Amino acid sequence: MATMTIARAINEGLRASLENDPKTLLMGEDIGELGGVYRVTDGLKKDFGALRVVDSPLAESGIIGTAIGLALRGYRPICEIQFDGFVFPGFNQITTQLAKLRTRSDGMLSAPVVIRIPYGGGIGSVEHHSESPEALFAHTAGLRIITPSNAQDAYWMIQQAVTCEDPVIVFEPKRRYWLKGEVDTSAPAGDPFAAHVLRSGTDATIVAYGPLVPVALAAAAAAEEDGRSVEVIDLRSISPIDFDTVTESVTRTGRLIVAHEAPTFGGIGGEIAARISERAFLSLEAPVIRVGGFHMPYPVARVEEQYLPDIDRILEALDRAFAY
Amino acid sequence: MNSSRLPAAEFEVEEVVRATHPVDPDRPEPGVTALQVLAPDGTMARGLSARIAGEQVDFSPYLAVDDADHLRSLYRDMFLIRRFDQESTALQRQGQLALWVPLTGQEAAQIGSGRALAPQDYAFPTYREHGVALTRGVELSEILRLFRGVTNGGWDPRERNFHLYTLVLAAQSLHAVGYAMGLQRDQLADPSLPPGASVAYFGDGASSEGDVHESMVFAASFNAPVVFFCQNNQWAISVPSSVQAKVPLAQRAEGYGFPGVRVDGNDVVAVEAVTRWALEHARSGRGPVLIEAYTYRMSAHTTADDPTKYRLSQDEQEWQPRDPLARLETYLRSAGLADDAFFDGLGAEAATMATDLRRAVLAMTSPDLADRFAAVYAEPHPLIQEELRFFQQYEAGFADEGKHA
Repeated sequence: MATMTIARAINEGLRASLENDPKTLLMGEDIGELGGVYRVTDGLKKDFGALRVVDSPLAESGIIGTAIGLALRGYRPICEIQFDGFVFPGFNQITTQLAKLRTRSDGMLSAPVVIRIPYGGGIGSVEHHSESPEALFAHTAGLRIITPSNAQDAYWMIQQAVTCEDPVIVFEPKRRYWLKGEVDTSAPAGDPFAAHVLRSGTDATIVAYGPLVPVALAAAAAAEEDGRSVEVIDLRSISPIDFDTVTESVTRTGRLIVAHEAPTFGGIGGEIAARISERAFLSLEAPVIRVGGFHMPYPVARVEEQYLPDIDRILEALDRAFAY
Repeated sequence: MNSSRLPAAEFEVEEVVRATHPVDPDRPEPGVTALQVLAPDGTMARGLSARIAGEQVDFSPYLAVDDADHLRSLYRDMFLIRRFDQESTALQRQGQLALWVPLTGQEAAQIGSGRALAPQDYAFPTYREHGVALTRGVELSEILRLFRGVTNGGWDPRERNFHLYTLVLAAQSLHAVGYAMGLQRDQLADPSLPPGASVAYFGDGASSEGDVHESMVFAASFNAPVVFFCQNNQWAISVPSSVQAKVPLAQRAEGYGFPGVRVDGNDVVAVEAVTRWALEHARSGRGPVLIEAYTYRMSAHTTADDPTKYRLSQDEQEWQPRDPLARLETYLRSAGLADDAFFDGLGAEAATMATDLRRAVLAMTSPDLADRFAAVYAEPHPLIQEELRFFQQYEAGFADEGKHA
């Protein structure tokens, strides 16, 4: 067991991927000498060279599009998009090309491209640096989307994304890059698309993912002081979603809060609420309540704390759920 | 071969085509040399050289002027693909295809460039490259599977080294560059491999898309072995190329730092030679090349288009004498390389092909939607499995009524 930050765990995971398969390579802006703006790729160019760690021109469509071509030639490119709000120049390549390659080829071709996107707010930055666009990608069939919330997952899930035959987007919770945790580099990883129950409870369930997992755990701890036993599920995978784990939990607890940073309208929380309503309607003691961002562009840094779901917003949602 | 009919060797053309269009006749595209050996009147030059990116390039070693069998086969390919185009248009008009994308007028650009490719090269087409498909061994009926609506693909791209058609403009230009970067890495890892190149096909309209720009930036940055093959057919549906480009497209390459060359896209011999040179340039590690094949889309953009709304018949009449098939036929006949028997035989072959094609299209059956679930992801996916189960149970519910049988 080693203690490392999430950023370091991803770095070590990328290193393992590069060592395990000579066909893997990293592509992105400023990922070489600089090691990425978050230093997630720090030192990798030095050790693997410029052919394996490629400083690309500043062009997101170019990064994704050439990665598709490399994948067609048998390579496994791992692309870094510098910030969430800058993925949109590459949106076309991701949604119309990468996601559809397998279907368009009637299953003959695969596109095992990995796209890493630091996402979410809470870093006090300027516009386009703090967004949560995961629902836009989750709506597109053909993509898989995962988001680790701790160092152990960060280390293993990036490696699992690389070996997956499907394209995988890894949303990395950037405000948690420096969150430390234990990493067992020898333990075989489980299913990266399965949700994890992080805390057991009997009265309500909170589903969260990525940057909001620590918030959900803290809210559950606070609720315990009020005598409420709250279960917390780390979703881990946004596409596919492990509805079985969530359904099983809600069947026992009867109440569900879904929390994410992205705006609630049209978001992942709505999808979970709808599915659970279909699957566990008779078990529900209250409507599924969503906690998320508002229907506005990500606000300026000075007010982002009011925008971002925090412990109190989740506790307020729990209060509402228990009021039924 | 009757060489006495040919002009002197080392022929360097003057401007052969000057673009005009009815929208803005006072601002024709600046004149620029388009390389040509086979003139519209059917005369053939024996050599070709030009200054490309500051260097004198001799294309003569790549010219097939002395190979009669080869010239006849180029004509055969162009003839068959035009007949294919006509038959496909008819099939669309009869409601057998959802859409058709005609290529008439662009046969020389496609057959010439496609025949220049080596087996290990990989071509990334847009959606009009039926002629290139023919040269890569794609069954012509396979192309119609897309337009019949039974698949979005139609052939095995790896088997033919010919990628699937791409309907999103210019997206494939980046795939071609990435593939070329892969070829480059393969070559570095194993120098005994035959060097290969990829070819990105796109049109003058697509040249306005950002992906073409980014693909050229990446290609230049990484010295990728890729040939950009732009078929400038003058029209992006209804918008003339003058609205897309204020300088000749071939000249854009200079800004990216690699050679650009404009070739007469209606001259199959020149197109093939220039493409062979460009591919060798790319394969030998000297980096990308942009070829602009200057041609004309004689028919509509697609069968949903109506060119009479935006262009003058005079324009089409001006291009008619530059027909890529007619000029090669004239040459073959005048040089004594082909006679009536050859052309009559080809007509009979094409008629049989069209009949077979029609039969194949009518025999294409609709896919089972249940099978489409299997092609979305490579690995098992719970949502797909759940929705497939629902769909199958739902469909089974109609079995007794025979409604969906």
